[in-house]
Amino acid sequence: MMQVTSISEGIVLDHITSGNGLKIFSKLNLAALDHPVVLLMNVPSRLLGRKDIIKIQNIKDIDLAMIGLVDSSTTVNVISGGKIISKHKVGIPEEVRGLFKCSNPRCVTNSDTYAEPIFHLVDAKSREYACEYCEETTKYRL
Amino acid sequence: MSIYGKSLISPDDFTVEELQTVVNTAREMMDTGMTAYQDLCRGKILATLFYEPSTRTKLSFESAMLRMGGSILGFGDANTSSVAKGESIADTVRVISSYADIAVMRHHKEGAPKLAAQYATIPFINGGDGGHQHPTQTLTDLLTVAKYKGEFKDQVVAFCGDLKFGRTVHSLIRTLARLQTKKIILVSPEELTLPQNLYRELLERGIKMEVVTCLEGIISEVDVLYMTRIQRERFFNEADYQRLKDTYILDVHKLERAKSDMIIMHPLPRVNEIAYEIDNDPRAIYFKQAECGVYARMALMALQLGVM
Repeated sequence: MMQVTSISEGIVLDHITSGNGLKIFSKLNLAALDHPVVLLMNVPSRLLGRKDIIKIQNIKDIDLAMIGLVDSSTTVNVISGGKIISKHKVGIPEEVRGLFKCSNPRCVTNSDTYAEPIFHLVDAKSREYACEYCEETTKYRL
Repeated sequence: MSIYGKSLISPDDFTVEELQTVVNTAREMMDTGMTAYQDLCRGKILATLFYEPSTRTKLSFESAMLRMGGSILGFGDANTSSVAKGESIADTVRVISSYADIAVMRHHKEGAPKLAAQYATIPFINGGDGGHQHPTQTLTDLLTVAKYKGEFKDQVVAFCGDLKFGRTVHSLIRTLARLQTKKIILVSPEELTLPQNLYRELLERGIKMEVVTCLEGIISEVDVLYMTRIQRERFFNEADYQRLKDTYILDVHKLERAKSDMIIMHPLPRVNEIAYEIDNDPRAIYFKQAECGVYARMALMALQLGVM
């Protein structure tokens, strides 16, 4: 069995559906961090069979909305002093800012740099979001 | 409840009571006559920011402000403003806020007036944004129905034509749902049906609705028939426009089965969807509707500026 040591300060993203770890790693641009980051893939899990895990040393502020978009079943463990000080599932974000583009080509967010795309969840099952500006619904796809 | 200082980007920005206040004020103005209000906005300036061509909306806003004694400034073509030099909406609006007391914007990009209102420090009005919303047309339509027909809760309202890109339809239909209209009938070709998000919203509100593709089959139960133009400028494909543009043409033959007291509305401009022979029918009130537009905008601006 491969051994990866625990972290004393930072975040552990657990219960990531196997295969989504790399997507989260890429979407959060974790390769650009100056701190140690570990991506574990296909780890045996009693709950999921297999899962991915990401450990990020020294960072506690992370874009939960993006994680929720990629894999809402992810658990976020915040570690401080070697102990878990908070633990929660990210869920599907109700509001998403600037993470994807509006599918409506006539929407102002696709042409004006002042307009940050903002979306509100309208259907969690289909991941449909309504644009704050033009109200067009966009399905988030990876 | 106060409309003073508020912006109007979507009809939802106003409560039902506030919408009613605008309509009641406009009716009072209609009954009293325009001359009584000729000094109401003296010293006030309306900025008209029209990034897209407009006849009725622009002129009715200008007429409304001039009839209340105010002044106007602005542009009717983005090519004659700093927009042509690449200026952002936000920068334009920040500057205009120091030049005028109230502003109206029409823009081909959907959501542009909402963006503008975030940077404006004066009351801001959406004069139509792409195929999205047209709230002052909604006020005009509410006033027209209130004056010529009565309360919405008693009306079966049919929308016919382009329900996909028709911004006047989108604004009005959502407001009708809030006003608990008796029934809404949607008549359009399958390619131009109401946007899914709006349709879903109406369903959630529990509004009685019917979706059909044929006007003749439902016209006998309609109290308010709202005709719309197939909007050439919203199509990306000219062939699609040509295929759909003659889908619904209201003529004397189709009107034979309609109620004698039904009213025919149209936000104008019309192309060919209402035959000219209908213009003399007493049920055709679309030109009176256009007249209501001036009073609706007078009432709106007077209330936003706090002079009434």
